[in-house]
Amino acid sequence: MKKRLHIEQTSSIREIFPAVCGTSLLRPLFLSGVSAGFPSPADDYLDRKLDLNEHLVKNPAATFFVRVAGDSMIGAGINDNDILVVDRSLEPCSGSIVIAVVNGELTVKRLIRNRNSCRLAAENPDYPDLEIDGEIPLEIWGVVTYAIHSL
Amino acid sequence: MPFTASEMFGLIDCNNFYASCERLFRPDLVNRPVVVLSNNDGCIIARSNEAKALGIGMGTPYFKQEALIREHDVAVFSSNYPLYGDISQRVMDVLMRLEPHVEVYSIDEAFIGLPAEKHCDLENWGRFIKAAVQKHTGIPVSIGFGPTKTLAKIANRFAKKNPPAAGIFAITDRQTLDPLLAAVAVGDIWGIGRRHAARLASQGIHTALEFKNCADTWIRKQFTVAGLRTAMELRGIPCISLEKAVPARKSICTSRSFGQPVHTLDDLQEAVATYAAQAAGKLRRAGLRTAVVDVFIRTNSFKKDEPQYCNRRTFTLPVPSSHTTTLIKAALASLRAIYRPGYCYQKAGVLLNGLMPENYEQLSLFQAPAPRGASLMKAVDEINRRWGRDTIQPAAAGLVRKWHFRQMKKSPAYTTRWSELPIAKASFPAGHSMA
Repeated sequence: MKKRLHIEQTSSIREIFPAVCGTSLLRPLFLSGVSAGFPSPADDYLDRKLDLNEHLVKNPAATFFVRVAGDSMIGAGINDNDILVVDRSLEPCSGSIVIAVVNGELTVKRLIRNRNSCRLAAENPDYPDLEIDGEIPLEIWGVVTYAIHSL
Repeated sequence: MPFTASEMFGLIDCNNFYASCERLFRPDLVNRPVVVLSNNDGCIIARSNEAKALGIGMGTPYFKQEALIREHDVAVFSSNYPLYGDISQRVMDVLMRLEPHVEVYSIDEAFIGLPAEKHCDLENWGRFIKAAVQKHTGIPVSIGFGPTKTLAKIANRFAKKNPPAAGIFAITDRQTLDPLLAAVAVGDIWGIGRRHAARLASQGIHTALEFKNCADTWIRKQFTVAGLRTAMELRGIPCISLEKAVPARKSICTSRSFGQPVHTLDDLQEAVATYAAQAAGKLRRAGLRTAVVDVFIRTNSFKKDEPQYCNRRTFTLPVPSSHTTTLIKAALASLRAIYRPGYCYQKAGVLLNGLMPENYEQLSLFQAPAPRGASLMKAVDEINRRWGRDTIQPAAAGLVRKWHFRQMKKSPAYTTRWSELPIAKASFPAGHSMA
């Protein structure tokens, strides 16, 4: 039985950017073989290729990659073994997914802060939230900007 | 009275840099003493403040401190240069974003030049830079400002050693300069080495203030114009300017002490081939070629009871090259010429001299230019870049590497290998009970 590619009418993909491949043109050099031919008509319209780094890493000096161990954040779309993009230069605010230091370990949580309380929340009902009382200063290591996982 | 210099200098120095890098991904080490060992796990080359407080000396052999290290639960690391190099680059990147004039002076130090109009409130600006580097890279730094590079270096010492300075210190006023210099030993002045310091001490000159006040003619006679330049700098007259362009490399050296003494030619050949391959990689990264390949080997001169031997041999290539196999061939030919059996070799090295840019080549009349291998080397470099150092390596470098230096306690290459990324926990915190 042949499989067919299914494209649903209600696809959530709004737009597809073509990844442009630059063509190369050999120029004749007296030692090398002569390669003649018409230049590509696309030459004048070449864009740079899309670079994922540019999209995912806004501040290279402050950006680190970390690997997730555990499933306490699956509700936020972060799975076990994902790679997280962490930007240390960002200011964490309430609702940010952060890398926090808990008991001397780097831990991924959602920061929930309001006028009189602060907690590090898990995104999985099996795991408890962590109330932060004012006595121990909360150390935020960095703010998570993207999760990378294969499907 | 303030200095009238048209430019001020700042020296940014990372605090206990290697130890701070090791702590970056190990928050559990925050108050624990940390030391980092030299290439062969031989000596202690970096210490956290807690380790310094225990009296662990800089450069002391590891085995001499082992008891102290165990007693105080000191965290010990082999040096992890891929990590330190990456973090260093991040620190420098942050500085370059804040300041247009940056001279990267070493892996953990950079000078900045501040034009006259930015002089007001140096300390505030320093605090801003310090906070930015700390936040972006996680590395604590100290910053010293002064009207000359030498004084900026001295200011940096005060920034580090005086807790009230909180990591920032500026020398901006002539009146306060002399008492400060009186508290600095001559040997701690930038540019005064241990030998010069000993000579000055024998003449009764012990502090930076005493050196600064010596007569010019005497300094010049004793320590040449370089010494005079240092004295002028101490007086607040700038003589050493900011070097923004990295000077082109004149030579590349790859050498290392062995993890254990090496006796056979086979083992030495592996080591020398490895160093030649590493040197060739450095050449290509810098876009250079070499004309001269130097090889040296030596025994351990500290072991007086063993027979001693050291030798070196220079090989001049007919055409400059950066090709790994060409360099290995040249290096091994030299090695075979100088190798003598019956010795315990402790160190070998490959030194490349006569470097020139890749795109500049004197063609030989009787030899066709050889593009051969350029694309092979490019492919090898690309593979090693993507999959990690030494993924592809010349067979001559050996597979077992009995001679390879010891690195028993190396931390992961957190920032340069996908397989060694730091772990962020998404589970129960340590010590949590399920009950």
